[in-house]
Amino acid sequence: MNAIQITGLSRDYGKRRVVDRLSLTVAQGELFALLGVNGAGKSTTIKMLCCLTAPTEGDAALMGRSVRTDSPGAREVLAVSPQETAVAPNLTVRENLELMAGVYLRPREAAEEVLAELGLGHWAKQRARTLSGGWQRRLSIAMALVSRPEVLFLDEPTLGLDVLARRELWGVIRGLKGRTAIVLTTHYLEEAEALADRIGVMAAGRLRAVGTAEELKALAGCETFEDAFVALAGEGAAS
Amino acid sequence: MRAAAFAKRNLKELLRDPLTLFFGLGFPLVLLVLMNVIQRNVPVQIFALETLAPGIALFGLTFLALSSGLLLARDRTSAFLARLTASPMTAADFLLGYLLPLLPLAVGQSAICLGAAAALGLPLSWNLLAVVLSLIPSALLFTALGLLCGTLFNDKQVGGMCGAILTNATAWLAGIWFDLSLVGGAFRRIAYALPFVHGAEGARAALAGDWAALPGHLLWVSVWAAALMALAAWLFRWKMVEH
Repeated sequence: MNAIQITGLSRDYGKRRVVDRLSLTVAQGELFALLGVNGAGKSTTIKMLCCLTAPTEGDAALMGRSVRTDSPGAREVLAVSPQETAVAPNLTVRENLELMAGVYLRPREAAEEVLAELGLGHWAKQRARTLSGGWQRRLSIAMALVSRPEVLFLDEPTLGLDVLARRELWGVIRGLKGRTAIVLTTHYLEEAEALADRIGVMAAGRLRAVGTAEELKALAGCETFEDAFVALAGEGAAS
Repeated sequence: MRAAAFAKRNLKELLRDPLTLFFGLGFPLVLLVLMNVIQRNVPVQIFALETLAPGIALFGLTFLALSSGLLLARDRTSAFLARLTASPMTAADFLLGYLLPLLPLAVGQSAICLGAAAALGLPLSWNLLAVVLSLIPSALLFTALGLLCGTLFNDKQVGGMCGAILTNATAWLAGIWFDLSLVGGAFRRIAYALPFVHGAEGARAALAGDWAALPGHLLWVSVWAAALMALAAWLFRWKMVEH
């Protein structure tokens, strides 16, 4: 069974189609990066897959559970680390993780495991709002991992971080590969190239190309991944 | 269980927010002391503790409404709520989670306010406990108003617009600072159709031991509270998923 099976997923806002007949599969344990310029439809796609926005047409199944007809079931297997750092600011690091354990009906030990796994133990008693941006992002990802999700959505996880903090988070994300299916959205092309098993390029609501970084370069006939992305995304946006 | 975990988080967020503590607990006390000082310096009875203390205890609940509204609005705007909405939590879990921590805060706030009034000269009696209990429907009412505001508006709008409307509506329409009969007419009729004055008069009836008058006021507030809570629940449920 694929971790994610998307079939003809579309979303309209009024007369404007933001996501257009998206079909895609992501295997269990795969890290799939979704790239696209602003307004390409990435965030709306993620929102539909996270049961936060209702699709206009089509469907998606997470571990076989439809986001349209079985959203409670889909919510059991997914977790998301949103673009904005979504932590409870006045709670300590440990309390944030314990909250997620409570929400997913997991034992308190699940919070302790993730605390150790992501190297947050030293900051366990520190309030989330006092952490640096990089550590807040790490906590945000940790909160998504407490439930041991089978499908994990990381929406721009390193946005605004400095190079060192970004590289540290890359290490965390690499450590998750193979254990859970991950859909990563990012504007940093090198991030997708470094981390993803496969990459999808969206433009104007449509999925223009899917493949490994090497396959996309070959498809676009470009030497660098950045040139390949510009060619694929630019071609889609212009059409 | 999920609601309990979320309620625990919300209680901690509220107790660790200095503004909630100041406006929820400190500000009503400042008002009580100030009005009491004014009363002591004027020859006529305008701010008798027997009418002032239950009114200010009710007025203090408006700040709890703001706290609940701000917490919800901040959760929405910071994407914290999006994270939780993608979890198995239901609309009922969310609303209980926001509601439950405010009830002990409301009871504590009323008790502190009445304790301060007792220190200023309000006679101690078991009726003070009845006042605290009589304010629970009002606490539910203001919490529902806060959740409505937090569901519909962002944190700046809740802090500014909703804060001004709620505090002014309660101040003017609850008969805390003046007898509504002095204005009379349509103003009085509107005030008595709304729940605020019934919250204040119910608390005063409890303090006076007027058990015959109490149920009518409590019922009026409870009906409003139930209707607003149902509306807040419906809106929240609708807004959980973008349609």
